[in-house]
Amino acid sequence: MSVEFCGLRLAHPIINGSGTFDAIAARRVFGEQLCERFPFAAYVSKTITLAPRAGNPPPRLWETPAGLINSIGLPNKGLERYIEEDLPELAQITAGAPVVGGEEAAGEGGRASVHLITNVMGASAEELCHLVEACDARPEIAALELNVSCPNVKTGLDIGADPRTLQEVVRAVRGRTDRPLIVKLTPNTADVAACAQAAEHGGADAVSLINTLRASALAPRRRTNGAGNASRQWLGGGTGGLSGPAIRAVALAQVAAVAARVAIPIIGMGGVQSSTHARELLDVGARLVAVGTESFRDPAAGARIARGLR
Amino acid sequence: MSKAPFGRRALTVTANEELGAYRVLRAADPNGPQPEPGQFAMLAAVERWGGGEDERPFLARAFSVARHSAHESHFLLEDVGPGTRRLCELRAGEQLWAVGPLGRGFTAPSEGRRALLVGGGVGIAPLAILQDTLAASSPASSPEGEGEADATVLLGFRDRDRAQGAALLQGARIATDDGSVGHHGLVTELLAIEIERDPHAVVYACGPAPMLEGVRALCERSRTPAQLALEAGMACGFGACFGCVVPKRDGSYLRVCVDGPVIDAAELEHVEEHAGAPA
Repeated sequence: MSVEFCGLRLAHPIINGSGTFDAIAARRVFGEQLCERFPFAAYVSKTITLAPRAGNPPPRLWETPAGLINSIGLPNKGLERYIEEDLPELAQITAGAPVVGGEEAAGEGGRASVHLITNVMGASAEELCHLVEACDARPEIAALELNVSCPNVKTGLDIGADPRTLQEVVRAVRGRTDRPLIVKLTPNTADVAACAQAAEHGGADAVSLINTLRASALAPRRRTNGAGNASRQWLGGGTGGLSGPAIRAVALAQVAAVAARVAIPIIGMGGVQSSTHARELLDVGARLVAVGTESFRDPAAGARIARGLR
Repeated sequence: MSKAPFGRRALTVTANEELGAYRVLRAADPNGPQPEPGQFAMLAAVERWGGGEDERPFLARAFSVARHSAHESHFLLEDVGPGTRRLCELRAGEQLWAVGPLGRGFTAPSEGRRALLVGGGVGIAPLAILQDTLAASSPASSPEGEGEADATVLLGFRDRDRAQGAALLQGARIATDDGSVGHHGLVTELLAIEIERDPHAVVYACGPAPMLEGVRALCERSRTPAQLALEAGMACGFGACFGCVVPKRDGSYLRVCVDGPVIDAAELEHVEEHAGAPA
């Protein structure tokens, strides 16, 4: 079941979606069992930004039919404290972690380690270059993922939504690292395959999709006290992103569309709850599959899905 | 804090009993550790979870452990939405997904200080296991285990039907909004009298946000230490989703699931009613 991805050997094709599994918090809750039964073949960090971010004011969540809208706002410690405080612990958690089904990939050492992927976001090519260079200096980080669902400081448009901007930004960043560079595509664009192609032309080693779909929720009427529509938004951050089984069919279509246009490997994700769902994304062209919202319902979902693929 | 087994596990429901407006759901949990008072679990029905009102529920729901004995966990439920309704329907023999025990629970009072347990509505649940634990650990408790005098219990409810929930604890004094049982008014009015009587008491509270804010403000004025068990909408319960935050005094956010649910009242400027849990 082991799989090659951008020069890395993964024990199986299941990883986590960025921002859906805090391995440090999970270790506090579940103890060393987490390391002994780590559910993912590679671990993707939450999005790291240059400066610390507190995240959006609550409420941050809304349950939808077969899904979840989140408006978390990318809270993180900022690059410096991520590298100093979190990276060593993440490396420790993942270094010795035997991977479910990893025997085949383990080789002579007997254990396949979990690769660390760091996800970064910046509002400009300069910010992203700074982030990528700092991560490139750290041997614990096996690969980088760019979160390009971020408004460009100059244009106000999401960097990842416009193929030309995306290609320029990826090209700028490409020069700063030899590590595998993954571009996390936004689904909130007219032509996701064109964006994937732009990332490839910019020098990306892989693309990951789909990120959450932009969504909003209105507060229940009893809470509004007759206020106008503008103040009826439930989420503290205004709009949010929809995930979960509600978006699985969209993910399947977008991954297939991207696979038809690029040669680089694809990390497919969106509403995967079972090995059947993962298999579908692999069938339409994904090399790896990320699990996100399902981990909220079952912290060991990644391991369950990986086992089912054997 | 007790470490939860990694991953969700199926528990078998052993009983589902009516308690006034509430249900007490019991489930056998042979592989779960002893939870600490104030810890919680994420629960979902194994069968037919989803497809209810608005095609929900989707996520598991967070419930304080109300009692735990002989590898059986008790939860107090109130039907307030599609998720809680489905859980209220479960019958003995049916199965429940559970992740837990989760979060940080209550810290016992230092020696010689009396515990004041203050609960509101379905939020009385964690005070039951706290009362059990305080009674069991008290040197004053008799060998028969009748240690009810160690903690003063004050519970507030909307009406008579809900006030029947007070049977979950021993020796509770009751306040009701409609005056149908006990004191006609707020439970915080009973609390104010108790704090005046014993300024060295320690307050343990769980209930709706306006009640907790009342408790917090009262304890701040009287400089009484208070531990508040908060509720917030959460997707995971183990720190992954970052959805259940509440602001601290310094403007940063606490995750209710891993930094709480029991929070020292001194850390909060206000207990706000915004992050309602999915019901």
